[in-house]
Amino acid sequence: MVNLSLYVDIKKKFDDFDLAIKLECEDDVTAILGGSGCGKSLTLRCIAGIVTPDSGRIVINGQVVFDSDTKINIPTRDRGVGYLFQNYALFPTMTVFGNIASVIKKPKAERVAVAEDIIAKFKLEGVKNLYPREISGGQSQRVALARMLVTNPKIIMLDEPFSALDTHLRWHMEQEMAATLGNFSGSTIFVSHDRDEAYRLSHKIAIMDRGRLDCFGHKQEIFDAPKTRIAAMMTGCKNISAAKKLGENLVRAVDWGIDIVTDEAVEDCIKFVGIRAHHLQMASFSGCNNFDINVHKIINEPFEDVMLFTFEGEAQLQMAMPKDVKGERKMLVHIPHDKIMLLK
Amino acid sequence: MDFRPFALSIQVALISTIITFFLGLLAANWTYRLKRGKGIVDTIFTLPMILPPTVAGFFLLQMFGRNSFIGGFLDNFGIRIVFTLTGAVIASVFVAFPLMYRTARGAFEQIDQNIIYAAETLGFSKFKIFWTIKVPMAKAGILAGAVLSFARALGEFGATIMLAGNIPGRTQTMSIAVFTAVSAGNNQVAYIWVAILTSMSFVMIMLMNFAASHKRKRRGGG
Repeated sequence: MVNLSLYVDIKKKFDDFDLAIKLECEDDVTAILGGSGCGKSLTLRCIAGIVTPDSGRIVINGQVVFDSDTKINIPTRDRGVGYLFQNYALFPTMTVFGNIASVIKKPKAERVAVAEDIIAKFKLEGVKNLYPREISGGQSQRVALARMLVTNPKIIMLDEPFSALDTHLRWHMEQEMAATLGNFSGSTIFVSHDRDEAYRLSHKIAIMDRGRLDCFGHKQEIFDAPKTRIAAMMTGCKNISAAKKLGENLVRAVDWGIDIVTDEAVEDCIKFVGIRAHHLQMASFSGCNNFDINVHKIINEPFEDVMLFTFEGEAQLQMAMPKDVKGERKMLVHIPHDKIMLLK
Repeated sequence: MDFRPFALSIQVALISTIITFFLGLLAANWTYRLKRGKGIVDTIFTLPMILPPTVAGFFLLQMFGRNSFIGGFLDNFGIRIVFTLTGAVIASVFVAFPLMYRTARGAFEQIDQNIIYAAETLGFSKFKIFWTIKVPMAKAGILAGAVLSFARALGEFGATIMLAGNIPGRTQTMSIAVFTAVSAGNNQVAYIWVAILTSMSFVMIMLMNFAASHKRKRRGGG
Protein backbone atom coordinates (compact mmCIF):
# COMPACT_ATOMS: atom_id res chain seq x y z
CA MET A 1 0.00 0.00 0.00
CA VAL A 2 1.21 3.50 -0.77
CA ASN A 3 1.94 5.87 2.05
CA LEU A 4 -1.49 7.36 2.57
CA SER A 5 -1.14 10.39 4.79
CA LEU A 6 -4.62 11.80 4.49
CA TYR A 7 -7.99 10.21 4.02
CA VAL A 8 -11.10 12.39 3.91
CA ASP A 9 -14.66 11.26 3.34
CA ILE A 10 -17.08 13.81 4.74
CA LYS A 11 -20.52 15.30 4.28
CA LYS A 12 -21.96 18.51 5.61
CA LYS A 13 -25.13 20.42 4.81
CA PHE A 14 -25.00 24.17 4.36
CA ASP A 15 -27.68 26.69 3.51
CA ASP A 16 -26.66 27.15 -0.11
CA PHE A 17 -24.99 23.83 -0.92
CA ASP A 18 -24.02 20.43 0.44
CA LEU A 19 -20.39 19.55 0.94
CA ALA A 20 -19.69 15.91 0.05
CA ILE A 21 -16.07 15.14 -0.57
CA LYS A 22 -13.86 12.07 -0.74
CA LEU A 23 -10.13 12.57 -1.06
CA GLU A 24 -7.03 10.47 -0.51
CA CYS A 25 -3.61 12.06 -0.47
CA GLU A 26 -0.12 10.65 -0.38
CA ASP A 27 3.05 12.42 0.69
CA ASP A 28 2.99 14.93 -2.11
CA VAL A 29 1.36 18.21 -3.03
CA THR A 30 -2.32 18.19 -3.93
CA ALA A 31 -3.99 21.33 -5.23
CA ILE A 32 -7.71 21.80 -4.76
CA LEU A 33 -8.81 24.00 -7.61
CA GLY A 34 -12.23 25.58 -7.72
CA GLY A 35 -14.19 28.78 -8.09
CA SER A 36 -15.09 30.94 -5.13
CA GLY A 37 -17.67 29.39 -2.84
CA CYS A 38 -17.15 25.84 -4.14
CA GLY A 39 -16.28 24.60 -0.65
CA LYS A 40 -12.53 24.21 -1.06
CA SER A 41 -11.61 26.26 2.00
CA LEU A 42 -14.39 24.55 3.94
CA THR A 43 -12.81 21.20 3.16
CA LEU A 44 -9.55 22.40 4.71
CA ARG A 45 -11.45 23.70 7.73
CA CYS A 46 -13.09 20.33 8.22
CA ILE A 47 -9.71 18.58 8.07
CA ALA A 48 -8.31 21.04 10.62
CA GLY A 49 -11.30 20.55 12.89
CA ILE A 50 -12.40 24.18 12.73
CA VAL A 51 -15.65 23.06 11.10
CA THR A 52 -17.27 19.78 12.16
CA PRO A 53 -18.76 17.70 9.33
CA ASP A 54 -22.22 16.16 9.75
CA SER A 55 -20.89 12.70 8.98
CA GLY A 56 -17.88 10.86 7.66
CA ARG A 57 -14.31 10.07 8.56
CA ILE A 58 -10.97 11.88 8.49
CA VAL A 59 -7.66 10.07 8.99
CA ILE A 60 -4.33 11.89 9.21
CA ASN A 61 -1.17 9.77 9.07
CA GLY A 62 -3.06 6.72 10.24
CA GLN A 63 -4.71 8.51 13.15
CA VAL A 64 -8.47 8.87 13.06
CA VAL A 65 -9.20 12.48 13.94
CA PHE A 66 -12.87 12.44 13.04
CA ASP A 67 -15.33 9.59 12.76
CA SER A 68 -19.05 10.20 13.05
CA ASP A 69 -19.77 6.48 13.61
CA THR A 70 -17.49 6.04 16.59
CA LYS A 71 -17.99 9.65 17.76
CA ILE A 72 -14.33 10.59 17.48
CA ASN A 73 -13.68 14.31 17.07
CA ILE A 74 -10.19 15.32 18.10
CA PRO A 75 -9.92 19.06 18.82
CA THR A 76 -8.01 21.23 16.37
CA ARG A 77 -5.08 21.85 18.69
CA ASP A 78 -4.32 18.10 18.93
CA ARG A 79 -4.65 17.29 15.23
CA GLY A 80 -1.14 18.37 14.30
CA VAL A 81 -2.16 20.11 11.11
CA GLY A 82 -0.32 23.10 9.73
CA TYR A 83 -2.76 25.64 8.33
CA LEU A 84 -1.65 28.72 6.45
CA PHE A 85 -4.53 31.18 6.35
CA GLN A 86 -5.24 33.41 3.39
CA ASN A 87 -4.41 36.55 5.38
CA TYR A 88 -1.67 34.66 7.31
CA ALA A 89 -3.46 35.27 10.67
CA LEU A 90 -0.35 36.48 12.49
CA PHE A 91 -0.88 37.49 16.11
CA PRO A 92 -0.98 41.30 15.84
CA THR A 93 0.01 41.97 19.44
CA MET A 94 3.22 39.95 19.19
CA THR A 95 6.42 40.67 17.32
CA VAL A 96 7.67 38.37 14.59
CA PHE A 97 9.86 36.71 17.21
CA GLY A 98 6.90 36.41 19.59
CA ASN A 99 4.68 34.94 16.90
CA ILE A 100 7.19 32.17 16.32
CA ALA A 101 8.42 31.65 19.89
CA SER A 102 4.91 31.46 21.35
CA VAL A 103 4.10 28.26 19.46
CA ILE A 104 7.21 26.37 20.62
CA LYS A 105 6.42 24.18 23.60
CA LYS A 106 9.82 24.00 25.24
CA PRO A 107 11.66 25.51 28.22
CA LYS A 108 12.54 29.14 27.68
CA ALA A 109 16.23 28.87 26.73
CA GLU A 110 15.55 26.12 24.24
CA ARG A 111 12.53 27.95 22.87
CA VAL A 112 14.59 31.03 22.12
CA ALA A 113 17.25 28.93 20.41
CA VAL A 114 14.73 27.10 18.21
CA ALA A 115 12.99 30.37 17.33
CA GLU A 116 16.27 32.11 16.44
CA ASP A 117 17.19 29.14 14.29
CA ILE A 118 14.01 29.15 12.22
CA ILE A 119 14.06 32.96 11.99
CA ALA A 120 17.50 32.70 10.40
CA LYS A 121 16.36 29.92 8.09
CA PHE A 122 13.51 32.08 6.80
CA LYS A 123 15.68 35.20 6.55
CA LEU A 124 13.62 37.13 9.06
CA GLU A 125 16.44 38.41 11.30
CA GLY A 126 15.92 41.98 10.10
CA VAL A 127 12.27 42.11 11.07
CA LYS A 128 12.25 39.88 14.11
CA ASN A 129 11.40 42.70 16.54
CA LEU A 130 8.76 44.28 14.33
CA TYR A 131 5.01 43.78 14.60
CA PRO A 132 2.99 42.14 11.82
CA ARG A 133 1.51 45.50 10.75
CA GLU A 134 5.03 46.81 10.15
CA ILE A 135 6.23 44.11 7.72
CA SER A 136 5.47 43.42 4.05
CA GLY A 137 3.12 40.80 2.64
CA GLY A 138 5.99 38.56 1.58
CA GLN A 139 7.58 38.74 5.02
CA SER A 140 4.21 38.03 6.63
CA GLN A 141 3.91 34.90 4.56
CA ARG A 142 7.37 33.79 5.63
CA VAL A 143 6.55 34.38 9.28
CA ALA A 144 3.33 32.40 8.95
CA LEU A 145 5.18 29.56 7.21
CA ALA A 146 7.96 29.52 9.79
CA ARG A 147 5.45 29.60 12.64
CA MET A 148 3.54 26.72 11.10
CA LEU A 149 6.58 24.53 10.34
CA VAL A 150 8.17 24.99 13.74
CA THR A 151 5.27 23.00 15.25
CA ASN A 152 6.24 19.97 13.08
CA PRO A 153 2.81 19.45 11.52
CA LYS A 154 1.86 16.06 10.07
CA ILE A 155 0.23 17.65 7.06
CA ILE A 156 0.27 21.17 5.66
CA MET A 157 -2.74 23.02 4.33
CA LEU A 158 -2.42 26.29 2.45
CA ASP A 159 -5.50 28.40 1.82
CA GLU A 160 -4.98 30.65 -1.22
CA PRO A 161 -1.46 31.45 -0.01
CA PHE A 162 -0.63 34.05 -2.63
CA SER A 163 -3.89 35.92 -2.99
CA ALA A 164 -2.85 38.57 -0.44
CA LEU A 165 0.36 39.38 -2.32
CA ASP A 166 1.10 41.87 -5.09
CA THR A 167 1.45 40.31 -8.52
CA HIS A 168 5.18 40.99 -8.86
CA LEU A 169 5.84 39.31 -5.50
CA ARG A 170 3.76 36.23 -6.20
CA TRP A 171 6.13 34.51 -8.54
CA HIS A 172 9.02 34.97 -6.15
CA MET A 173 7.09 33.80 -3.09
CA GLU A 174 5.78 30.86 -5.06
CA GLN A 175 9.32 29.70 -5.77
CA GLU A 176 10.21 30.09 -2.11
CA MET A 177 7.13 28.13 -1.15
CA ALA A 178 8.00 25.36 -3.61
CA ALA A 179 11.46 25.05 -2.04
CA THR A 180 9.97 24.96 1.47
CA LEU A 181 7.38 22.36 0.54
CA GLY A 182 10.07 20.30 -1.14
CA ASN A 183 11.72 19.85 2.26
CA PHE A 184 8.48 18.80 3.92
CA SER A 185 8.01 15.05 4.20
CA GLY A 186 4.25 14.86 4.75
CA SER A 187 1.41 15.67 2.44
CA THR A 188 0.47 19.19 1.46
CA ILE A 189 -2.95 20.36 0.37
CA PHE A 190 -3.17 23.66 -1.27
CA VAL A 191 -6.31 25.54 -2.20
CA SER A 192 -6.33 27.85 -5.17
CA HIS A 193 -8.49 29.33 -7.87
CA ASP A 194 -5.49 30.02 -10.09
CA ARG A 195 -4.77 27.19 -12.52
CA ASP A 196 -1.19 28.27 -13.31
CA GLU A 197 -0.25 28.47 -9.66
CA ALA A 198 -1.89 25.10 -8.98
CA TYR A 199 -0.07 23.53 -11.92
CA ARG A 200 3.34 24.89 -10.92
CA LEU A 201 3.14 23.93 -7.24
CA SER A 202 1.31 20.62 -7.15
CA HIS A 203 1.67 17.01 -8.26
CA LYS A 204 -2.00 16.20 -8.21
CA ILE A 205 -5.02 18.34 -8.78
CA ALA A 206 -8.51 17.94 -7.37
CA ILE A 207 -11.18 20.06 -8.98
CA MET A 208 -14.14 21.04 -6.85
CA ASP A 209 -17.51 22.37 -7.86
CA ARG A 210 -20.45 23.25 -5.62
CA GLY A 211 -19.27 21.17 -2.69
CA ARG A 212 -18.35 18.12 -4.74
CA LEU A 213 -15.14 16.66 -6.07
CA ASP A 214 -15.46 16.92 -9.83
CA CYS A 215 -12.27 15.06 -10.67
CA PHE A 216 -8.95 14.17 -9.12
CA GLY A 217 -5.77 13.03 -10.77
CA HIS A 218 -2.23 13.76 -11.82
CA LYS A 219 -1.93 17.39 -12.89
CA GLN A 220 -0.72 16.61 -16.41
CA GLU A 221 -3.67 14.31 -17.06
CA ILE A 222 -6.11 16.90 -15.81
CA PHE A 223 -4.62 19.66 -17.94
CA ASP A 224 -4.04 17.56 -21.07
CA ALA A 225 -7.33 15.77 -21.15
CA PRO A 226 -9.94 17.09 -18.77
CA LYS A 227 -12.87 14.72 -18.61
CA THR A 228 -15.57 17.09 -17.39
CA ARG A 229 -16.92 20.50 -18.28
CA ILE A 230 -15.87 21.93 -14.88
CA ALA A 231 -12.36 20.52 -15.23
CA ALA A 232 -12.08 22.02 -18.72
CA MET A 233 -13.25 25.40 -17.43
CA MET A 234 -10.99 25.37 -14.37
CA THR A 235 -7.96 24.48 -16.47
CA GLY A 236 -8.69 27.52 -18.59
CA CYS A 237 -10.66 26.24 -21.57
CA LYS A 238 -12.58 29.23 -22.91
CA ASN A 239 -14.72 27.50 -25.52
CA ILE A 240 -17.25 24.92 -24.39
CA SER A 241 -20.43 23.89 -26.15
CA ALA A 242 -23.21 21.43 -25.44
CA ALA A 243 -22.69 18.35 -27.62
CA LYS A 244 -24.52 15.44 -29.24
CA LYS A 245 -23.00 12.26 -30.57
CA LEU A 246 -23.56 11.85 -34.30
CA GLY A 247 -21.21 8.96 -35.09
CA GLU A 248 -18.20 7.04 -33.81
CA ASN A 249 -15.94 10.01 -34.58
CA LEU A 250 -18.43 12.74 -35.26
CA VAL A 251 -19.95 15.09 -32.75
CA ARG A 252 -22.35 18.01 -33.06
CA ALA A 253 -21.42 21.16 -31.12
CA VAL A 254 -24.94 22.43 -30.50
CA ASP A 255 -24.10 25.97 -29.33
CA TRP A 256 -21.62 26.51 -32.14
CA GLY A 257 -23.81 25.03 -34.85
CA ILE A 258 -21.10 22.82 -36.38
CA ASP A 259 -20.29 19.09 -36.68
CA ILE A 260 -16.74 18.20 -35.67
CA VAL A 261 -14.67 15.16 -36.64
CA THR A 262 -12.62 13.80 -33.76
CA ASP A 263 -9.68 11.42 -33.42
CA GLU A 264 -10.95 10.09 -30.12
CA ALA A 265 -14.01 7.82 -30.24
CA VAL A 266 -17.13 9.65 -29.10
CA GLU A 267 -18.83 8.05 -26.10
CA ASP A 268 -22.59 7.83 -25.81
CA CYS A 269 -22.67 9.81 -22.60
CA ILE A 270 -20.94 12.88 -24.05
CA LYS A 271 -22.53 16.14 -22.94
CA PHE A 272 -20.06 18.85 -23.95
CA VAL A 273 -17.13 19.54 -26.26
CA GLY A 274 -14.36 22.04 -25.61
CA ILE A 275 -11.46 23.54 -27.50
CA ARG A 276 -8.77 25.76 -26.00
CA ALA A 277 -8.39 29.27 -27.42
CA HIS A 278 -4.78 28.65 -28.44
CA HIS A 279 -5.51 25.33 -30.15
CA LEU A 280 -7.73 26.92 -32.78
CA GLN A 281 -5.98 27.63 -36.07
CA MET A 282 -6.63 29.91 -39.00
CA ALA A 283 -7.17 28.23 -42.35
CA SER A 284 -7.10 29.61 -45.85
CA PHE A 285 -9.02 26.87 -47.70
CA SER A 286 -12.01 24.68 -46.92
CA GLY A 287 -11.36 21.18 -45.65
CA CYS A 288 -12.13 18.76 -42.86
CA ASN A 289 -12.95 20.64 -39.59
CA ASN A 290 -12.46 23.99 -41.33
CA PHE A 291 -15.43 26.27 -40.76
CA ASP A 292 -16.57 29.70 -41.88
CA ILE A 293 -16.66 32.18 -39.09
CA ASN A 294 -18.09 35.63 -38.39
CA VAL A 295 -15.60 37.84 -36.60
CA HIS A 296 -17.20 40.00 -33.92
CA LYS A 297 -14.33 41.68 -32.20
CA ILE A 298 -10.58 41.60 -31.72
CA ILE A 299 -9.43 42.27 -28.17
CA ASN A 300 -5.85 43.42 -27.72
CA GLU A 301 -4.04 41.74 -24.85
CA PRO A 302 -0.47 42.68 -23.90
CA PHE A 303 1.30 39.97 -25.93
CA GLU A 304 -1.37 38.48 -28.15
CA ASP A 305 -4.77 39.27 -29.55
CA VAL A 306 -7.99 37.46 -28.79
CA MET A 307 -10.55 37.13 -31.54
CA LEU A 308 -14.22 36.76 -30.65
CA PHE A 309 -16.20 34.98 -33.36
CA THR A 310 -19.13 32.68 -34.03
CA PHE A 311 -19.62 29.71 -36.31
CA GLU A 312 -23.19 29.00 -37.43
CA GLY A 313 -24.53 29.06 -33.86
CA GLU A 314 -25.13 31.83 -31.35
CA ALA A 315 -22.33 31.13 -28.87
CA GLN A 316 -19.16 33.18 -29.18
CA LEU A 317 -15.75 31.53 -29.19
CA GLN A 318 -12.34 32.90 -28.36
CA MET A 319 -9.22 32.31 -30.37
CA ALA A 320 -5.72 33.41 -29.43
CA MET A 321 -3.77 35.01 -32.28
CA PRO A 322 -0.24 36.39 -32.55
CA LYS A 323 -0.10 40.19 -32.63
CA ASP A 324 1.07 40.39 -36.26
CA VAL A 325 -1.86 38.47 -37.74
CA LYS A 326 -4.69 40.60 -39.02
CA GLY A 327 -8.14 39.13 -38.69
CA GLU A 328 -10.57 39.61 -41.54
CA ARG A 329 -14.31 39.90 -41.43
CA LYS A 330 -14.86 36.56 -43.18
CA MET A 331 -12.36 33.78 -42.71
CA LEU A 332 -11.95 30.07 -41.90
CA VAL A 333 -10.99 28.48 -38.62
CA HIS A 334 -9.63 24.96 -38.24
CA ILE A 335 -10.37 22.77 -35.22
CA PRO A 336 -7.59 20.16 -34.92
CA HIS A 337 -8.98 16.59 -34.62
CA ASP A 338 -6.70 15.68 -31.76
CA LYS A 339 -7.28 18.82 -29.72
CA ILE A 340 -11.03 18.66 -29.33
CA MET A 341 -11.99 17.71 -25.79
CA LEU A 342 -14.95 15.39 -25.22
CA LEU A 343 -16.52 16.20 -21.87
CA LYS A 344 -19.10 14.87 -19.47
CA MET B 1 -16.75 67.35 57.61
CA ASP B 2 -16.87 63.58 57.46
CA PHE B 3 -14.57 62.32 54.72
CA ARG B 4 -15.23 58.63 55.25
CA PRO B 5 -17.61 58.43 52.22
CA PHE B 6 -14.61 59.14 49.97
CA ALA B 7 -12.62 56.19 51.31
CA LEU B 8 -15.68 53.94 51.26
CA SER B 9 -16.54 54.90 47.67
CA ILE B 10 -13.02 54.23 46.44
CA GLN B 11 -12.93 50.95 48.30
CA VAL B 12 -16.28 49.78 46.91
CA ALA B 13 -15.49 50.97 43.39
CA LEU B 14 -12.05 49.31 43.29
CA ILE B 15 -13.17 45.95 44.66
CA SER B 16 -16.29 45.83 42.53
CA THR B 17 -14.34 46.85 39.42
CA ILE B 18 -11.90 43.99 39.91
CA ILE B 19 -14.76 41.51 40.33
CA THR B 20 -16.73 43.01 37.43
CA PHE B 21 -13.61 42.95 35.27
CA PHE B 22 -13.19 39.18 35.50
CA LEU B 23 -16.89 38.33 35.48
CA GLY B 24 -17.56 40.56 32.49
CA LEU B 25 -14.54 39.27 30.61
CA LEU B 26 -15.49 35.63 31.12
CA ALA B 27 -19.13 36.28 30.27
CA ALA B 28 -18.11 38.13 27.11
CA ASN B 29 -15.76 35.35 26.07
CA TRP B 30 -18.44 32.76 26.67
CA THR B 31 -21.23 34.51 24.75
CA TYR B 32 -19.54 36.16 21.80
CA ARG B 33 -19.22 32.89 19.86
CA LEU B 34 -22.32 31.25 21.33
CA LYS B 35 -24.32 29.50 18.63
CA ARG B 36 -27.57 28.83 20.46
CA GLY B 37 -29.35 31.02 22.98
CA LYS B 38 -27.10 34.03 22.41
CA GLY B 39 -30.06 36.40 22.32
CA ILE B 40 -31.55 35.31 25.62
CA VAL B 41 -28.22 35.11 27.45
CA ASP B 42 -27.28 38.54 26.18
CA THR B 43 -30.62 39.96 27.30
CA ILE B 44 -30.21 38.58 30.82
CA PHE B 45 -26.64 39.89 31.09
CA THR B 46 -27.65 43.34 29.87
CA LEU B 47 -30.79 43.63 31.97
CA PRO B 48 -29.15 45.18 35.09
CA MET B 49 -28.12 48.15 32.95
CA ILE B 50 -31.69 48.88 31.89
CA LEU B 51 -33.54 47.98 35.11
CA PRO B 52 -34.50 50.85 37.43
CA PRO B 53 -31.89 50.82 40.25
CA THR B 54 -34.65 50.31 42.81
CA VAL B 55 -35.82 47.19 40.98
CA ALA B 56 -32.24 45.90 40.91
CA GLY B 57 -31.96 46.68 44.62
CA PHE B 58 -35.19 44.86 45.32
CA PHE B 59 -33.96 41.76 43.45
CA LEU B 60 -30.71 41.82 45.39
CA LEU B 61 -32.54 42.21 48.70
CA GLN B 62 -34.69 39.21 47.86
CA MET B 63 -31.60 37.23 46.88
CA PHE B 64 -29.35 38.14 49.81
CA GLY B 65 -31.83 38.86 52.61
CA ARG B 66 -31.40 36.68 55.67
CA ASN B 67 -34.63 34.84 54.90
CA SER B 68 -33.57 34.01 51.35
CA PHE B 69 -31.75 30.85 50.33
CA ILE B 70 -28.39 32.47 49.59
CA GLY B 71 -28.61 34.96 52.43
CA GLY B 72 -29.58 32.25 54.89
CA PHE B 73 -26.75 30.03 53.73
CA LEU B 74 -24.15 32.79 54.08
CA ASP B 75 -25.57 33.72 57.47
CA ASN B 76 -24.54 30.27 58.75
CA PHE B 77 -20.94 31.40 58.23
CA GLY B 78 -21.54 34.77 59.81
CA ILE B 79 -21.48 36.56 56.48
CA ARG B 80 -24.01 39.38 56.21
CA ILE B 81 -24.74 41.12 52.94
CA VAL B 82 -27.59 43.47 53.77
CA PHE B 83 -26.48 46.76 55.38
CA THR B 84 -22.79 45.96 54.92
CA LEU B 85 -20.00 47.15 52.65
CA THR B 86 -20.08 43.71 50.99
CA GLY B 87 -23.65 44.53 50.02
CA ALA B 88 -22.47 47.81 48.49
CA VAL B 89 -19.86 45.91 46.47
CA ILE B 90 -22.45 43.37 45.29
CA ALA B 91 -24.84 46.13 44.25
CA SER B 92 -22.06 47.87 42.31
CA VAL B 93 -20.95 44.66 40.59
CA PHE B 94 -24.55 43.94 39.65
CA VAL B 95 -25.17 47.26 37.93
CA ALA B 96 -21.67 47.69 36.46
CA PHE B 97 -21.42 44.16 35.05
CA PRO B 98 -23.33 44.87 31.79
CA LEU B 99 -20.98 47.74 30.94
CA MET B 100 -17.91 45.54 31.27
CA TYR B 101 -19.57 42.61 29.57
CA ARG B 102 -20.89 44.55 26.58
CA THR B 103 -17.71 46.56 25.97
CA ALA B 104 -15.52 43.46 26.20
CA ARG B 105 -17.83 41.47 23.97
CA GLY B 106 -17.76 44.22 21.38
CA ALA B 107 -13.96 44.14 21.47
CA PHE B 108 -13.87 40.33 21.15
CA GLU B 109 -16.24 40.47 18.20
CA GLN B 110 -13.74 42.69 16.34
CA ILE B 111 -11.07 39.97 16.45
CA ASP B 112 -10.43 38.23 13.14
CA GLN B 113 -11.64 34.72 13.89
CA ASN B 114 -8.94 33.25 11.63
CA ILE B 115 -6.34 34.36 14.16
CA ILE B 116 -8.09 32.29 16.81
CA TYR B 117 -8.33 29.32 14.44
CA ALA B 118 -4.66 29.71 13.57
CA ALA B 119 -3.78 29.61 17.27
CA GLU B 120 -5.79 26.40 17.61
CA THR B 121 -3.99 24.73 14.71
CA LEU B 122 -0.72 25.78 16.33
CA GLY B 123 -1.64 23.84 19.45
CA PHE B 124 -2.71 26.67 21.78
CA SER B 125 -5.07 25.71 24.61
CA LYS B 126 -8.27 27.71 25.12
CA PHE B 127 -6.73 29.25 28.23
CA LYS B 128 -3.61 30.34 26.36
CA ILE B 129 -5.66 31.71 23.47
CA PHE B 130 -7.74 33.75 25.90
CA TRP B 131 -4.86 35.31 27.84
CA THR B 132 -2.17 35.65 25.16
CA ILE B 133 -4.26 36.47 22.10
CA LYS B 134 -7.83 37.55 22.75
CA VAL B 135 -7.24 39.76 25.79
CA PRO B 136 -4.20 41.60 24.34
CA MET B 137 -6.06 42.12 21.05
CA ALA B 138 -9.14 43.45 22.81
CA LYS B 139 -7.07 45.46 25.27
CA ALA B 140 -8.43 48.89 24.40
CA GLY B 141 -12.05 47.75 24.66
CA ILE B 142 -11.41 45.86 27.87
CA LEU B 143 -9.74 48.88 29.47
CA ALA B 144 -12.61 51.08 28.38
CA GLY B 145 -15.01 48.59 29.95
CA ALA B 146 -13.05 48.63 33.20
CA VAL B 147 -13.03 52.43 33.35
CA LEU B 148 -16.77 52.54 32.63
CA SER B 149 -17.39 49.94 35.34
CA PHE B 150 -15.34 51.92 37.82
CA ALA B 151 -17.24 55.09 36.99
CA ARG B 152 -20.55 53.29 37.24
CA ALA B 153 -19.59 51.74 40.60
CA LEU B 154 -18.49 55.12 41.90
CA GLY B 155 -21.80 56.68 40.97
CA GLU B 156 -23.96 53.78 42.09
CA PHE B 157 -26.84 54.93 44.30
CA GLY B 158 -30.22 53.22 43.99
CA ALA B 159 -29.36 49.55 44.37
CA THR B 160 -26.71 50.33 46.96
CA ILE B 161 -29.00 52.28 49.24
CA MET B 162 -31.57 49.49 49.08
CA LEU B 163 -29.12 46.66 49.76
CA ALA B 164 -26.44 48.34 51.88
CA GLY B 165 -28.40 51.19 53.36
CA ASN B 166 -27.06 54.57 54.36
CA ILE B 167 -24.96 53.98 57.47
CA PRO B 168 -22.42 56.77 58.00
CA GLY B 169 -18.92 55.40 58.19
CA ARG B 170 -20.00 51.93 57.09
CA THR B 171 -22.01 52.01 53.89
CA GLN B 172 -22.45 55.69 53.15
CA THR B 173 -20.61 56.26 49.88
CA MET B 174 -20.10 59.64 48.17
CA SER B 175 -23.18 59.50 45.97
CA ILE B 176 -25.28 58.56 48.99
CA ALA B 177 -23.62 61.32 50.96
CA VAL B 178 -24.83 63.85 48.36
CA PHE B 179 -28.37 62.63 48.82
CA THR B 180 -28.07 62.71 52.61
CA ALA B 181 -26.57 66.21 52.62
CA VAL B 182 -29.27 67.60 50.35
CA SER B 183 -32.01 65.92 52.40
CA ALA B 184 -30.58 67.56 55.51
CA GLY B 185 -30.41 70.96 53.76
CA ASN B 186 -26.62 70.94 53.98
CA ASN B 187 -25.87 72.27 50.51
CA GLN B 188 -22.27 73.12 51.27
CA VAL B 189 -21.35 69.47 51.92
CA ALA B 190 -23.37 68.40 48.89
CA TYR B 191 -21.34 70.84 46.75
CA ILE B 192 -18.07 69.32 47.88
CA TRP B 193 -19.14 65.76 47.04
CA VAL B 194 -20.62 66.87 43.75
CA ALA B 195 -17.38 68.62 42.85
CA ILE B 196 -15.29 65.56 43.72
CA LEU B 197 -17.56 63.14 41.82
CA THR B 198 -17.81 65.41 38.77
CA SER B 199 -14.07 65.91 38.50
CA MET B 200 -13.41 62.18 38.90
CA SER B 201 -15.90 61.39 36.12
CA PHE B 202 -14.31 64.05 33.96
CA VAL B 203 -10.85 62.56 34.39
CA MET B 204 -12.11 59.06 33.63
CA ILE B 205 -13.72 60.11 30.36
CA MET B 206 -10.49 61.91 29.43
CA LEU B 207 -8.56 58.73 30.13
CA MET B 208 -10.88 56.69 27.97
CA ASN B 209 -10.67 59.11 25.08
CA PHE B 210 -6.90 59.14 25.39
CA ALA B 211 -6.78 55.33 25.26
CA ALA B 212 -9.07 55.30 22.22
CA SER B 213 -7.02 57.85 20.26
CA HIS B 214 -3.81 56.04 21.18
CA LYS B 215 -5.24 52.85 19.73
CA ARG B 216 -6.29 54.62 16.53
CA LYS B 217 -2.82 56.05 16.05
CA ARG B 218 -1.23 52.64 16.45
CA ARG B 219 -3.62 51.12 13.95
CA GLY B 220 -3.02 53.94 11.50
CA GLY B 221 0.68 53.20 11.56
CA GLY B 222 0.16 49.87 9.79
